[in-house]
Amino acid sequence: MAIPQPTSAMQPVLRWLRLPRLGVGTGIAAAILAVIVLLTLLSPWIAPHDPLTMNPLARLKGPIEGHPLGTDNFGRDILSRVLIGGRLSLIIGIATAAIAVLIGLVIGVVAGFFRTADAIIMRMMDALMAIPSILLAIALVALNGPSVGSVIAAITIPEIPRVVRLVRAVVLAAREEPYVEAAIALGTSMPKILVRHLVPNTLAPLIVQGTYILASAILTEAILSFLGAGVSTETPTWGNIMAEGRLFFRIKPELILYPGLALSLCILSINLLGDAARDMLDPRLKKRAG
Amino acid sequence: MFKTRNHNDAPVVLQTSGLTVSLPETPGNLKVLKSIDVTIRHSETVCLVGESGSGKSVTSLAIMGLLPQALKVAGGSIQLQGRDLLPLSQAQMRDLRAARVAMIFQEPMTALNPVLRVGDQIMEVMELHTDLPAAERRRRAVAIMEQVHLPDVDRIFRSYPHQLSGGQRQRIMIAMALVLEPVLLIADEPTTALDVTTQKQILALIDELQQNHGTAVLFITHDMGVVAEIADTVYVMKRGEIVEHGPVDALLRQPRAEYTRQLLKAVPSLSPRPARPEADDAVLRVERLNKIYGGGGILRKLPQAHAAKDVGFTLSRGRTLGIVGESGSGKSTVARCIMRLIDPSSGRIMLDGSDIAGLSRAALRPHRKKLQVVFQDPMRSLNPRWTIAASLIEGPLNYGTSRADALAEAARLMDVVGLPQDALGRYPHQFSGGQRQRIAIARAVMMRPDVLVADEAVSALDVSVQAQVLDLLHQLQRDLEIAIVFITHDLRVAAQICDDVIVMQRGAVVEHGPASEVLAAPAHAYTRALIDAAPGRSWDFQNFREMPKVPHAEPA
Repeated sequence: MAIPQPTSAMQPVLRWLRLPRLGVGTGIAAAILAVIVLLTLLSPWIAPHDPLTMNPLARLKGPIEGHPLGTDNFGRDILSRVLIGGRLSLIIGIATAAIAVLIGLVIGVVAGFFRTADAIIMRMMDALMAIPSILLAIALVALNGPSVGSVIAAITIPEIPRVVRLVRAVVLAAREEPYVEAAIALGTSMPKILVRHLVPNTLAPLIVQGTYILASAILTEAILSFLGAGVSTETPTWGNIMAEGRLFFRIKPELILYPGLALSLCILSINLLGDAARDMLDPRLKKRAG
Repeated sequence: MFKTRNHNDAPVVLQTSGLTVSLPETPGNLKVLKSIDVTIRHSETVCLVGESGSGKSVTSLAIMGLLPQALKVAGGSIQLQGRDLLPLSQAQMRDLRAARVAMIFQEPMTALNPVLRVGDQIMEVMELHTDLPAAERRRRAVAIMEQVHLPDVDRIFRSYPHQLSGGQRQRIMIAMALVLEPVLLIADEPTTALDVTTQKQILALIDELQQNHGTAVLFITHDMGVVAEIADTVYVMKRGEIVEHGPVDALLRQPRAEYTRQLLKAVPSLSPRPARPEADDAVLRVERLNKIYGGGGILRKLPQAHAAKDVGFTLSRGRTLGIVGESGSGKSTVARCIMRLIDPSSGRIMLDGSDIAGLSRAALRPHRKKLQVVFQDPMRSLNPRWTIAASLIEGPLNYGTSRADALAEAARLMDVVGLPQDALGRYPHQFSGGQRQRIAIARAVMMRPDVLVADEAVSALDVSVQAQVLDLLHQLQRDLEIAIVFITHDLRVAAQICDDVIVMQRGAVVEHGPASEVLAAPAHAYTRALIDAAPGRSWDFQNFREMPKVPHAEPA
């Protein structure tokens, strides 16, 4: 049955990319995310100013010549800071999602397939899940000093058990499938069965989960920076720009508005894409769509 | 022989005329039902028979007013006791259901609410449709439970569905359906999920209640044996059309439509085929195989389940051994032990001279290729993400065959199992159930096994497809001298394909011998009960006549 799909200007592009037709919302989300990623990646070249150069003569200015979004309390260019800061935020988000998914996939497959390993691994995961990421971050930063690595580790560790549980559930269900038993009968070795028969089943839910982790990691990083437990304030991220800006919030709300807007748009579009990925990869929804 | 009673003078309960159902959203306005005319009279049993996709269930859903959203009645009328049902509103239909028309389904577990006691579920029906006082509702619920011959009614009244057996659950469903004394009972494959002995009891129960209450029954089934047992009148459906109808006696003796003849011819005969000559080279010998589940526990011994008790048999090259039994008899446990998909608790499995019962995973590997398997569910036995070619060559690649050789062999086997060459590049969902089962067989044959274990390999297929797949197995066995362990609950299939038969009950082998002896002259009471319960056993469907009388052997 063909369900009429909303069309958008993205359709020719999608057809060229051999991607399925997507809804308007998804198209807009993809476009916004693409713009944000492009701008932040190119920020060292397109940012009009150095984000750290202070200018005592132009403090807390509105949009003026050379500073389209104005300046902060040290006279630094807000536009440049948001662009450069986004780069680190995105790097932390992507790194966290990638590491959490990779480690979680390996542990989850092992837990789901080998019964003896299952009990031990899952109790360890329960323990990990009990650690709040903020507390862990504060501890890590206290030990190692504020660094990107500590922040990524602090956000990744509590995410891993969630991925493990997801992968384990999928593997537990898939290992009972007759085609897996048939593969055992065909003499396929255990690692091959894991990689070729079981892991592909986990990819669809993992991609979706990955986008959620990506969004939540950017958010958590912002919270950590805001609390002062994140990356050092010398390196701008969306989180610590907002943290610094809160002191002048009443005189100049733009200090929080612009990085906050970038953050919200970014997370909203990532979540929308995650939902679209889920719909696209869910076999039941796919069947209904044709 | 047959029930065929004359109902021509009885009042008409349900009449559909020119009932047409279509899928309005498809191109060409596809018709799912084309002008269906069915008449059911007071206390008559009408069987609607056909293969999957023939529109049997859609017909019943249309009568109940429960068609899925996508389907629309495009024409015709449905009259219940002279009243047209089609113009009725949802609310009016809701009142009519249960009170006048009731339905029972194939799977009683999913039709009952798992968190309510069954007694309360029966009472709920009356609560919704009558204004009887609570005490009277309870009295009637207990009375109907007694009528469906449930033992220990007081206890079962307070039981939850999971505490009952499949047969008991189906009795509860029937009690719920009949408690309001409907004029029409629609039974959609009500015994398909049950064991044969339970099926026999349920069929007898439906018949008895029908006699007592005069209910008209619309019985939907794919099983010609069941038709022969219970029908007064039969309607044969094919692709949304009724191809033939008539009294059961006439229809089974002189089928007029070609399709009916094909359908009847495809019903496997219960009389065993002659066994092939015994060969001496035993390729699989199982000795005192045991599988015990549970029994672990650190502080207290947990209860044990003896799924296989001292099972033993010998299978020689080119022959077929049938393992028959009802659900829970341990036949699949034995198969899975032989395949070493589970580890036997004790016993020996001699495959081609070496014991594989205790081998480690690595030590087992060289033996794996000699032993292949075909499963019941053709939807799940192929990896849905892989092309057919990838599935077929997986095994040979594991044992060092080159990709090119494996693909050439796969292409050759496509011919053998009767599928087109371009099937190799396609995915499992693009094939029908029967085709997928052929692919699963081809995958097993790619390994050139000595032994093929077929675990209910044709049970999920329509009879005509079943016959083709059995033919394919037979032909492969003849050409390649494969020995087959054929696990089935269906004695008709066992009679057609097996040289030797093992009958299992509660994990133990109760009878073992050549199929011609075990099935024609059973010595054990359980085997006899199984054969007696096989529906339509006294009718030779293929030859449109009674079975020649074969006297049962006296119990040994």
